[in-house]
Amino acid sequence: MSLTELTIADAAQGLRARKFSAVELVRAHTDAIDALNPRLNAYITPTKDAALKAAQQADEALAKGEARSLTGIPLGIKDLFCTNGVRTTAASNILRNFVPPYESTVTANLLRDGAVFVGKTNLDEFAMGSANITSAFGPVENPWKRNGDDVALVPGGSSGGSAAAVAAGLAMGATGTDTGGSIRQPAAYCGIVGLKPTYGRCSRFGTIAYASSLDQAGPMARSVRDCAIMLQSMAGFDERDSTSVNCDVPDYSAAIGRSLKGLKVGIPAEYRAEGLSAEIAAAWQQGIDWLKAAGCEIVDVSLPHTKYGLATYYIVAPAECSSNLARYDGLRFGERVPGDTLDAMYEATRRAGFGPEVRRRIMMGTYVLSAGYYDAYYLKAQKVRTLIRRDFTEAFQKVDVLLTPTAPTPAFAQGEQSDDPVQMYLNDIFTVPASMAGMPAMSVPVGLGATGLPLGLQLIGRPFDEETLLATGSALEQAAGFTHRPAIRAEAAK
Amino acid sequence: MSLDPATVRRIARLARIGIDESDVPALQGELNGILGWVEQLNEVDVEGVTPMVGTGHAALRTRPDVVTDGNCRDAVLSNAPDGVGPFYTVPKVVE
Repeated sequence: MSLTELTIADAAQGLRARKFSAVELVRAHTDAIDALNPRLNAYITPTKDAALKAAQQADEALAKGEARSLTGIPLGIKDLFCTNGVRTTAASNILRNFVPPYESTVTANLLRDGAVFVGKTNLDEFAMGSANITSAFGPVENPWKRNGDDVALVPGGSSGGSAAAVAAGLAMGATGTDTGGSIRQPAAYCGIVGLKPTYGRCSRFGTIAYASSLDQAGPMARSVRDCAIMLQSMAGFDERDSTSVNCDVPDYSAAIGRSLKGLKVGIPAEYRAEGLSAEIAAAWQQGIDWLKAAGCEIVDVSLPHTKYGLATYYIVAPAECSSNLARYDGLRFGERVPGDTLDAMYEATRRAGFGPEVRRRIMMGTYVLSAGYYDAYYLKAQKVRTLIRRDFTEAFQKVDVLLTPTAPTPAFAQGEQSDDPVQMYLNDIFTVPASMAGMPAMSVPVGLGATGLPLGLQLIGRPFDEETLLATGSALEQAAGFTHRPAIRAEAAK
Repeated sequence: MSLDPATVRRIARLARIGIDESDVPALQGELNGILGWVEQLNEVDVEGVTPMVGTGHAALRTRPDVVTDGNCRDAVLSNAPDGVGPFYTVPKVVE
C-alpha cells in the first residue's frame, strides 16, 4: 500500500519493522504537498525542510530503539497553534508575519512523542467560519467531488485545511480546534474522523484564542484508532491553562473494539430538524441499526433546548471574540497601519488586518457586551447555556452516549450558499449544542450520499468519557467499512 | 431591537475598527439580521436560572506568588511591528 494511504497505527508498525524509513514516509507526504497543495490550498505554510530533518532524527531514534508513539509520523498542524520559530497566521492578515517565540502545549506534546510536522494548515480566519472561505490565504478545496462534476466544494470549517490534508493524503493526521463544530463538521465533509474532547482535556496554552469558554483542540485522522493515538499525546493537565482539568488520561486505544453490549445510546428527537437531508436521515437510521446489532440499547431522548443552541452561540462566541481580539492593536505584534493618533492607528490597523467575518463578529460581540445591552443578550445567553447543558446532563442519566448527524447536509460548493451570515451559521446546528455544554463529541464517516459525498454521524459523550466515544465510533467504523477515498489524493496524483 | 446607523458607527468606534460611511448600510443590515435571529431566545423562560460562565470542570487553582517565567525580553519584542531597541513604539499620545 502507498505510504500516503496508511493509517498512523499501521505506519508506526511499519517504521518499527523497518519496512520503510521515516524519511521515506515523510518525503511521500511532502511530495504530495508539493504536487497537490497548489490546487487544494490545504496548507498555508508547508515546512518541508524542517520535516525532512525531523524525519532523519526519527530514523535515528528508531534505530536506537527509542521510538515513541508518534515517532516519524507526518502531521499537519492547524495554523492556530503557535509553533516556535514557524510562522503562525490564524489565516489572518493581521498575523501574516507573526513568528511565535514559543510552542503551544498541544504541539509540544506531539513533538515530545516524536511527531513530524509537515506544515501549518489553512483555516477560516481566527477559526471563524464553517466553509474555510474566510481565510486571508484563500479558500481550501475539498478533495472530494460530486459524481460526474468537477465543481470545487468546501471542506467545511474552520479546520478545513486539516480535514482536506488528511483526506487527500497530505498528512496522516492533523490537529484541529473546535469552538462550535470546527473539527467535527469538516471531518464529516471530508470523510475522516474528528474528535472534539471535553472542554479542559487538552490545554489551550499557545492556541490563538477565539472564544475561550468553548475552544478545544482535538485530533483529525483517517481512523478512530488514529484519533485515539493522537489524543493520547495531545491530552493532559497543563499548569499554564487555568481551564485545564487535572484528571488522569486513560489508555484511549484500549477502548477501541470494546464490547458495546448493554450500552445505552440516546437518539435525541430534536435533531430531526427541518432541513435535514433525506440521505443524512437514512445514514442516521443505518447507524442506529448498526449499533443495535452491536448489542446497544437504543433509547429515545429529548434535548428540548437544542434549537436555541446556535442563537446562544452567536451571542457568547462573538462576545468572547471581541474581548480576545482586542489584543491585536498593531503595537506589540502583528501588522501595523500607521495613523496620526493612537486611535487612528488602532482603527486603520484593525480594519486592514481583519476580514469581514471577523470584523462582523467583533462588532456583534462589542454590541452585546455594551452598556445597556449586556443583560438582554449576554446574560440571557449564559442562562440559556445553563439550560442546554442541563438537557445533556439529564439525558446522560438515562443513556451512555448520544448518536446524531454531524451536519444537516454534505459538503456544498464554494459560493453555493447565500451571502446571508445566518444561513452559513446553520451548518453548525448539530455540533454547537455539545460545544455549549462542554461535552466531548466525535464525527465518524459512515457512507456516501446520493451524489457520492461522504456523510458523518456524531457521537456525544459524558464529560471526560472520550473512551465511550472511541468504543462506539470504532463499532460504527467497522460496521460501515468506510474505505472510500476522495477523487483528489496523493495516491491518485502519481 | 434594531440598530440605527449611529449605533453601527458607535459600535465600530468602541471596537476600534475603522469603517467608511459607505460601509454602514451593509453592516447595519448584517448585524440587524443576526440580532433579529437571536431574538428567538426571548421565547425561553430563564427565570431563576443561574448563568453559565464556564463548563465548571476545572476548579480555580492557586499557586505560590513566585516568578515562574521571564528573562525573555528579546523574544517578547521579536514581533513588534515598529520596535526601537528594547521598546515598543506608539504614535505621539501627549501634545
